[in-house]
Amino acid sequence: MRPMKPRSPRPRKTLNLVVNLWAVASAAIGIMALFWITITVLIRGWQALNLDFFTRMPTPPGVEGGGLLTAMVGTLVLTLIATLAAVPLGLLGGIFLAEFGQESKVADNSRFAANVLMGMPSIIVGVFAYALLVLTLGNFSGYAGAFALFVIMLPIIIRTTEDMLRLVPNTLREAALALGFPRWKVTLFIVFRAARSGLLTGVLLAVARVSGETAPLLFTALNSPFHRFFSWNLGLNEPYPNLTVTIFDYAMSPYPDWQGKAWGASLVITVGILVLTIFARWLFRERKA
Amino acid sequence: MKPTLQVQVFEEGTGPLPEPASPLARVKPARSDEYFRWLTAGCALVLPLIMFAIGLALLYYSVPALRKFGVGFFFTEEWNPVTQEFGALSSIYGTLMSTLLAMLLAVPLSLAIAIFLVELAPPRLSRTVGTMIELLAAIPSIIYGMWGMFVFAPIMASTLQPWLTAYVGWIPGLGAFFQGPPMGLGMLTAGLILGFMVLPFTCAITRDVFQMVPPVVKESAYGLGATTWEVTCKVTLPYGLVGIIGAFFLGLGRALGETMAVTFVIGNAHKINLGLFYPGNSIASCMANEFAEATELIYISSLICLGLVLFVITYLVQVGSQMMLRRMYRAWSVGL
Repeated sequence: MRPMKPRSPRPRKTLNLVVNLWAVASAAIGIMALFWITITVLIRGWQALNLDFFTRMPTPPGVEGGGLLTAMVGTLVLTLIATLAAVPLGLLGGIFLAEFGQESKVADNSRFAANVLMGMPSIIVGVFAYALLVLTLGNFSGYAGAFALFVIMLPIIIRTTEDMLRLVPNTLREAALALGFPRWKVTLFIVFRAARSGLLTGVLLAVARVSGETAPLLFTALNSPFHRFFSWNLGLNEPYPNLTVTIFDYAMSPYPDWQGKAWGASLVITVGILVLTIFARWLFRERKA
Repeated sequence: MKPTLQVQVFEEGTGPLPEPASPLARVKPARSDEYFRWLTAGCALVLPLIMFAIGLALLYYSVPALRKFGVGFFFTEEWNPVTQEFGALSSIYGTLMSTLLAMLLAVPLSLAIAIFLVELAPPRLSRTVGTMIELLAAIPSIIYGMWGMFVFAPIMASTLQPWLTAYVGWIPGLGAFFQGPPMGLGMLTAGLILGFMVLPFTCAITRDVFQMVPPVVKESAYGLGATTWEVTCKVTLPYGLVGIIGAFFLGLGRALGETMAVTFVIGNAHKINLGLFYPGNSIASCMANEFAEATELIYISSLICLGLVLFVITYLVQVGSQMMLRRMYRAWSVGL
C-alpha cells in the first residue's frame, strides 16, 4: 500500500482568503451605502432647518418661507391617539399570551396573527383603514389615519409584552400567589412592576416604528395645509396634516424650496426615531445589567 | 442484545430554556381572575380578528372589479383610468421583478456581512457595526425613497446605466435586461434601493442565526484545521440553514410590500418591459400614487383588488417564514 500523498493546503487557503476579502469588501459596501443615506439626510436636512421651519405654517405652492409646524403637531397627535388605543389593548393581550393562554389554541392563533400582521405591508393596513373608515364615512380623516397606525402598533406591543413578561421568573409570581393575591393583582402590580422597563421599551419601539410610516396615511389621513387642532375633536374628522405625507408631497413637487423642506422634515423624523430607538434600547440594557 | 447507551446532550449557549407553565394553572381561580382572564383573552383575540377583517374587507371591495374583468384582471397589462380598463399584470410583474432584484443584492451582501461580523471582525468592532445596522433598520422607508430619487437616481443616470449598456448590454440574452432610456428612474434603481432597504433586516437576523451556532461545534471544526470559509459553509450554514432561509423570507415579505422607497424611484408606468432601465410600477407604488385620486367605484375596486393580491402573496410568504423559523427553534431547543 502506497502512502497517501499529502494535499497542498494552498488552494484551500487561497479560497479562504478570497472569501474573506469578499466578506470585508461587501461589509464595507453595505455599511457605506447605509451611512451614505444617513449622512445625506443629515447634511441636506440641516441646510433646510431654521426657526421658521419649526414655528410657521406651510405656505401655498411656490411661495417661499413658512414652516411645517402643523405637520409636526399632526404627526404627534396621530401617533399619540394610536398609542393611547394600542397600549392598553396590547398590554392586556400580552398578559393573556404570557400568563393565561400560553400554549392554548387561542394564544397560538393570536401569536400567529401577530407575526403575520407584523410582516404585513403597511400599505395594506392603509387600504383596510380606507375600506373601513374612509369609504363608510365618506371622506379622508384623521380618524382613519390614527386607526391605521393603531393596527400597525398593536401586534408589536402584544408580542414584546409577551416576551418581556416571560422574562419575569416564576418564583416571583408564586411568592405573591402564596400570600393570597388574586392573579390579576399579581400580574398588574407585581409582574408588571418587575417588567416595567421592558414594557416601556416595547411601547417606545412601536411608537418609533409608526411615527415614520407614510404608506398607511397616504389615503387615510391624506394631508392638509390647514389645521383645526383647537376644535373639540382636534379636527380629526377632516384630512389631517402630518409630516411623512408632507415629505412625499413636497419631494415630488417642482419647487426647490419645498424639496428643501422635505429634506428638513426627513431629518426631523429620522433624528426623532433614532433618538427614540436608542433610548428604548438603552433602557432595556439598563434593566438587564 | 447489546445494551444501547443513551446520552443526553445539554447544549450550552443555546439560550435559556423556556420557563415551564406555571404550576398554579390547576388551582381553581378566584371569580375576579375569571373576569380578568376573559378580558385579556378578548384583547388577544383582536389580532386574529383584524387579520380576518383585512382579508374580508379587501375581498368584499374587490368584487366589483373581479366581476367586471374576471380572471383576466390578473393577466391584462392595460391600466387606463380614462376608459376604466384595469389589469394587474404590470403591477404584479413589477412587484416580483423589483423584489427579485432586491433579494439578488441583499442575500449575498447580508451573508457576507454576517460572516464579517461573526467570524472576522474583532468583538468590539463587530458589536458597534452590528448595533449600527440594527439602528439603520429603524430608519423609515420614505428616507430611502428621498435618497433614491435625489442622490442615487442621478448617479444611476450619469454613470451606472451608460456603463452597463456599454459593457453588459451587448451580451446576447443577459443584455436584454440592460436596455432602456438612462433616466435613472426605473426598475433597476427600485430593485437596488429595495435591496439596501431590506439589508439591515436580513443582515440582523442572519447574524443572530450565525451567532446562535454553539461555539463548541465551530471550534472543533477549527481545531481540525478548517479555514474560516470551510467552517462557514460546512458547519455554520447547514446548522442554521432553516433560520437563514426564514430570515430571507422575512426580508422578502418586506420587499414585496415596501411602498415609499419604491414609489419614489420606479417611474410609475403601467408597462412591462424586459429592460430594467424602463420605468415600471409595483402593486404598492401603484396604490400609493393613485388611491387618493380614485373616485369611480370600479377604479377604487381595482386598486383594492391589487391590494388583495399583495395581501395573499405576503400572507403566504409570512406563513412560510414562520414555519421555517419555528422549525429552527424547535430543532435547536432539542440540541444538535
